[in-house]
Formats: sequence, structure tokens, C-alpha cells
Amino acid sequence: MTPLLSVDGITKRYGSHIGCADVSFDLYPGEVMGIVGESGSGKSTLLNCMAGHLAPDAGQVVFDTRADGPRDTVTMSEPERRMLSRTDWAFVHQHARDGLRMGVSAGGNVGERLMAVGERNYGDIRDKAVDWLGRVEIAADRVDDRPTTFSGGMQQRLQIARNLVTGPRLVFMDEPTGGLDVSVQARLLDLVRGLVRDMGLSAIIVTHDLAVVRLLADRLMVMKSGHVVETGLTDQVLDDPQHAYSQLLVSSVLQV
Amino acid sequence: MTDHAYNFAYLDEQTKRMIRRAILKGLAVPGYQVPFASREMPMPYGWGTGGVQVSAAVMTMDDTFKVIDQGADDTTNAVSIRSFFQRTAGVKTTTKTADASVIQTRHRIPEEALTEGQILVYQVPIPEPLRFLEPRESETRKMHSLEEYGLMHVKLYEDIARHGHIATSYAYPVRVEGRYVMDPSPIPKFDNPKLGDMAAIQLFGAGREQRIYALPPYTNVVSLDFEDHPFEASKANHACGMCGAEHSYLDEVIVDDAGGRMFVCSDTDFCESRQQAGHMGKDAA
Repeated sequence: MTPLLSVDGITKRYGSHIGCADVSFDLYPGEVMGIVGESGSGKSTLLNCMAGHLAPDAGQVVFDTRADGPRDTVTMSEPERRMLSRTDWAFVHQHARDGLRMGVSAGGNVGERLMAVGERNYGDIRDKAVDWLGRVEIAADRVDDRPTTFSGGMQQRLQIARNLVTGPRLVFMDEPTGGLDVSVQARLLDLVRGLVRDMGLSAIIVTHDLAVVRLLADRLMVMKSGHVVETGLTDQVLDDPQHAYSQLLVSSVLQV
Repeated sequence: MTDHAYNFAYLDEQTKRMIRRAILKGLAVPGYQVPFASREMPMPYGWGTGGVQVSAAVMTMDDTFKVIDQGADDTTNAVSIRSFFQRTAGVKTTTKTADASVIQTRHRIPEEALTEGQILVYQVPIPEPLRFLEPRESETRKMHSLEEYGLMHVKLYEDIARHGHIATSYAYPVRVEGRYVMDPSPIPKFDNPKLGDMAAIQLFGAGREQRIYALPPYTNVVSLDFEDHPFEASKANHACGMCGAEHSYLDEVIVDDAGGRMFVCSDTDFCESRQQAGHMGKDAA
């Protein structure tokens, strides 16, 4: 089986400071990978390198494209990479405001990716937008409201709908539940888990919240100071952490 | 009389050459916004500094110059720019569309079809059609270079979602030769169909934003729309009160404080020629 995403030796430096160093892994179709670590451990740098937002200093990110099979997205031309990020990839930002157009209605936000890939029928675009709002539990009568009138949790769900409407195969998520209160987090996680399972999505989720990866991720990567210190199945890493830092991380979780 | 304190048509020759280079590049790549080093002009931004610089760069001694503002030859903007070039270039001026070789315009295309050899110069306030949706210049440039124009349709989508139809009635975005999306300056969308396949050269100058773009003669220009909400060139559903024209773009004029109003052609030259030819509207005295 060909991996959907194959990351090999990704390194990103900020001057003399290391963002992330020599990270390699394979992600297979339908698999959800969690990346955990403390603030500044290089999780987001790694995610941005994989999603094409940052150019890594070394390494390959090979994605199994629909048309041409495995291609290195780092050396791919920019139009191709941007096309991928509108179709086969999705990126869910920590702050919904970074991923939404706040001056455009919810329907327009969901429809943007459709129009970007050439949909030119207003009725169809609107039907799909309403359908997707329903899937992320936003009432259909909010379709013409701007995201500024939405709560934080709704904005985050809208961002997810906007990203998934073109049926991507790989979703990058950067702290998708950050800044939401726990009950809203639980609903959002439930929703994301359902969508990932139903659509057979692969996902890479960056978070510092171990509960999020416990729920969503099949596999886990623990990062510290730019390096991957431990990888393995989620339950295995969380229940029996080997590296001293993983042990610290797991034991730091507050018990209610 | 030419005021000899200035070079012909106010701008120095080096500046004109710089602007002509930008115009030539614009003509070679229709719809592409060419940056140029816009000069300070002796008039405020918003009064047509971009158009004036383009006109000055293309003008020769033998040209006949016409200026229209919202279609009219006798409004402040038109009168001041006309007299500016009378003083600084000493060229002949006219109000007759057919007699002019260079026509500078704000917000309209003349009703009378333009011919080969004429140049139409537009004053452009904001040349970037994507600006209100994407504020970053670096990003809009990238979108133009990669032909990522989905966002333009988001604007039209928002129109339909909010108003039930495409409510954008001026500065209606167009696609040029299947490539660049262009802001045709704030002309009413009634004028959009005239942009394409026009015999005259069309030049667009934005002074404050320092951009020039152009449409060579007989260029393919398509107004953006949706399959189920096609583009429609709209106008007020009346005939001109002065000349009775039924297919010209109309201004609504309030004539008293009791709700009285009349509709007249916004193109004053077109309206006057028709009246002289004996056409009469219902409000003509």
C-alpha cells in the first residue's frame, strides 16, 4: 500500500535556532496522526512545512496525488501546490478567524473552495453550503449570517465545513480545539471524529491536549525541542510512555 | 495659448516615456496591472490624476481632446481637466465624441460607438478588483499570476445571497481574453458589453494606486456571472426625457420637492445631437 503522505528528513531552522529537525514518518490513507509536545517544540513548524506554508530547509514531503501518483510537494511548482491545498488538502487553523473570511457570509465561506475549483452554478453552490452547514450542526437559516455573529465553537465548525466541502483526502489541524470551553471541545471532537470516519479522511492533528489525541489519533508522535522523541500507537504511548519527556507529559495531565 | 513654464502637456518627456512604456506593456498583456511611477499632479487624488497622466503621455499636438465626467462634458471634473490640457498642451478640444481623438472619461463609455484611431482613457480609483475581499497586495498579485479567481465569484455569491440578484451595478468585474480579471473602473455595468470588441484603444490609469492597464482594440472581454444568474446590462427602465432615447444610460434628476423626477441621458453629447436631429422626449420644453 502506498502511503498517502511520506515525510522524510524534514528540517527547518530559524537562523541558528532549530524549528524542527530530521522528522520522518509515513501516513497511510484513513489514518489519523497526532503530534503532541509542549509550546515551542516545533509541532506547528512541522505542520506548516508539510502543508506548504513554510519552505523546509531540507527533506521531502511526498504526497500521493490523484493524477500523477507520489510527488514531492516541496519541489513541486507553486501553482500545483496551491491547487493541492484547495482540493486534496485542508487546513484547520487554531483560530477560526485565520481560516475564515470574516466579512463574507457563512454560505460564501463554504462556497469559496467550490468556486475556486470552477463551480459556477449559484443554486448548486448554495445547496452544498447548506448541506455542509447541516453536517457541522449549524442551522440552515444561519447561511447568510457573517461568522462575526457566530460563537467560537460555531466559527470553528464553520471553518471545518469550509475545508471539507471539496472532499479533501488529507486534513491538517493545528490545535483545532484550542480556546474553546470543554463542553464545546467535546462536541467538536465528536463531530470531527464522525467526519473523519465517515469520509475516510487522513488527518494530522497538532495539539498539546492529550485528550484530543486519545480520542482522535491512531498514532502519536511526541516532539521536544524540534526532535521527535517517541512514536507509536496512541494508546501504547499514552499508557506506557518510554521517553522521559513523554512520561512527564502524560503525568502532567490534571485528573478531575 | 500654451503656458511656456511647462513642457507640452505638463509632464516632462522622461516621465512620458516611462508612462508610455507602462502603456505598451499593458497593451501587450491585456488586463494586467502594470506598476508605474505616478507623479504628483496639480490636482487632488480622486480627480483623475491617473487618467491625466495617461492622456498627457499619449497626446500629440494634432490631437483633439474630449473629457467626460459621468457622461457629461460640462461638470466640474471634465471642465477643469479640459482647461488643464488647453493651457498646458494647447490642443484642440471638443465635446463631440466623433471628432475627438483622445477621450478621457470618468465613469462612462460614450453612447456613440468609438472608431479605430480613437483612444479612450479611463480614470481609475481602485484598480484591483479583488481588493475588498483580499486586502494584501502580495496575495492579490499572486492570485492574478496563478489565475486564482474563485474569490471574485464569492463577491457575486454574496450579492445574490443578500439581494436575490447580482446587485453590483458599477465596477463590475470582467475577464479579459480568458486570462486576467480586471476592474473596468466604476462604469455602470450597462457599459460593460461595450468594453469587448471595441475598435478604439482603451487605457486605464490609476494615479494614487500607481497602476496602468489597457485593452487593445477588439479584445475579448467577458463579464463574470453564474450559470443560473447570468450577467445583465441594466439601466433605468425609462426613455430619456429630453431626447426620447430608449437605449441610452440615464441619470435620474429630482426636479421638485414633491417627488417629481425626470430621466435624462448621462451622455450629454449624445443627447444634444439627438435633440438637434429633431428627436424630442416627453419632458423637453
